[in-house]
Amino acid sequence: MAWFKRSTAGVTTTTEEKKEVPDGLWFKCPSCKKSQMTKDLKLNKYVCVHCNYHARIGSVEYFELLFDENQFTELDADMTAADPLKFTDTKPYDARLKATIAKTGLKDAIRTAYGNVEGEEVVVACMDFDFIGGSMGSVVGEKIARAIDTARARKSPMLIISKSGGARMMEAAYSLMQMAKTSAKLALLAEEKVPYVSLMTDPTTGGVTASFAMLGDFNIAEPNALIGFAGPRVIKETIKKDLPKGFQSAEMVLESGFLDFIVDRRELKAKLAQLFRLLKN
Amino acid sequence: MSIFAGQSKLMIFLDFEKPIQELYQELEKLQEIQEKGKSDVSASIAALEKQILEEKTKLYTGLTGWQKVQVSRHMERPYTLYYVNQMCSDFMELYGDRNIRDDKAIVGGFASLEGRTVMFIGHQKGINTKMRQYRNFGMANPEGYRKALRLMKMAEKFNKPIVTFIDTPGAYPGIEGEERGQAEAIARNIRDMFMLKVPVICIIVGEGASGGAIGIGVGDRVFMLANTWYSVISPESCSSILWRSWDYKETAAEALKLTADHMLANGLIDGIIEEPIGGAHAEPEAMAAILKAKLISTLDELEKQTPDARITSRIDKFCRMGVINE
Ligand SMILES: [Zn+2]
Repeated sequence: MAWFKRSTAGVTTTTEEKKEVPDGLWFKCPSCKKSQMTKDLKLNKYVCVHCNYHARIGSVEYFELLFDENQFTELDADMTAADPLKFTDTKPYDARLKATIAKTGLKDAIRTAYGNVEGEEVVVACMDFDFIGGSMGSVVGEKIARAIDTARARKSPMLIISKSGGARMMEAAYSLMQMAKTSAKLALLAEEKVPYVSLMTDPTTGGVTASFAMLGDFNIAEPNALIGFAGPRVIKETIKKDLPKGFQSAEMVLESGFLDFIVDRRELKAKLAQLFRLLKN
Repeated sequence: MSIFAGQSKLMIFLDFEKPIQELYQELEKLQEIQEKGKSDVSASIAALEKQILEEKTKLYTGLTGWQKVQVSRHMERPYTLYYVNQMCSDFMELYGDRNIRDDKAIVGGFASLEGRTVMFIGHQKGINTKMRQYRNFGMANPEGYRKALRLMKMAEKFNKPIVTFIDTPGAYPGIEGEERGQAEAIARNIRDMFMLKVPVICIIVGEGASGGAIGIGVGDRVFMLANTWYSVISPESCSSILWRSWDYKETAAEALKLTADHMLANGLIDGIIEEPIGGAHAEPEAMAAILKAKLISTLDELEKQTPDARITSRIDKFCRMGVINE
């Protein structure tokens, strides 16, 4: 997929690389197709200056958007995936992991950290779609579990930013059990009455939605994010009909009653701070 | 009467059972001769029956992952309602999620297991073409998962243990299910099952596909029948996504390590319940008897623990699952 163009020395070239975060000089919005300087996009919190499209960003950008002065303590930064099943599809999983780590500079599909958001400590777990489609394997499950333990120990609110195609198939049943592990930890967090906010961003599907993403005290989403259990293609193939317009969009999911509110990324930090303030005082 | 009195024409054979099917056909010919009474072939019949049993045993001890997937989907395999009625008395089915409707793909209710009242909940597949439609092929919508949770909380309220039977090709991927929160329903079930104060036993009796399975699959003990599978995706869908073709289902079935043996070796389930030779469908009554004995002994064991101890070890068990490098 090549939905943005990278420009060097005035020559705009389409990249086939599956790099989601805009890093060229110019950004062409995949929604309105208009171009803008990447620095202007960045100043606008990676929201298209023309049409308010929320560009796909990762943990680096979200941490910067949220933590005061971009100061945070990262947890389990060196944790990487093992290959317990010695899984091979068209390529060995082990090789796929190494290549993805080299290409993205990430260790897996999530990073976890704690730091201050408008002066109050929050534990944040943020998924990275660039890493094998933000898929949940043992690392995602374990890092979330430990981040929740940190939130419980420090009595700091928990925020999980989801962006995932679902399960990491190369970890098969291990991946499935991460749904249970993360949900178990959230049950313990709830017992301590520590607030948990789940922010769903584009896309949040599969086992991630069917576990921690839907279990927030507050389930919130970015505008237009695709949120669902089954992917649209699977549903279409099953029912052999076209899907209604806007189906599985954050706006529709809110109307169905499964979201507390939708938040523009430019207001995310202030809204979170407001929410935690209300709960605290 | 021979134990192989079942007519081969009425039996459903899987592709890999062809050698057995031929032996059954031979056996029937001999039985016809015997019945006509002109010549005594009883010795040949006995020999053939012995051969069938040996062949079956041999075949069923060396099943591949994909073959087990086929057995788990056998059309004559017993489902939840069969087991409950076979093992228990006084089954009282309870319907509905108290919100939308009654989901026919998940059934539940109280029943008496040798004098002990147990809440049984399970996926239910249809036993014929019409019923398969009615049961939506064991694919539940959110209301099915919500009915399951309602019944689990009721069991907790009246201090009755819970047994779930898992047998689903997946939660139903449809428009209405999405609109009514398929993901939310499954997520809530998983979380809330951890906190149930009563003993919970979960058994994969057929197909254990992904979120649709684990949505009623969090227990103090999770067992798999020997010829079932449990994973994050079906081998066919895995083939289509990772190999971009439907032709790699056998390869995917091996790669996913979805059989009971692999799942136990990887510490992802607590035990395997053996099936009669030829699979649960070959001798459903025997299967139900094995299952019943296992349930009773496991409940005896679990009831010795306090609710808090059970909850803690239930949580710890699932939290240990996963392999990472650090
Ligand atoms: Zn735009």
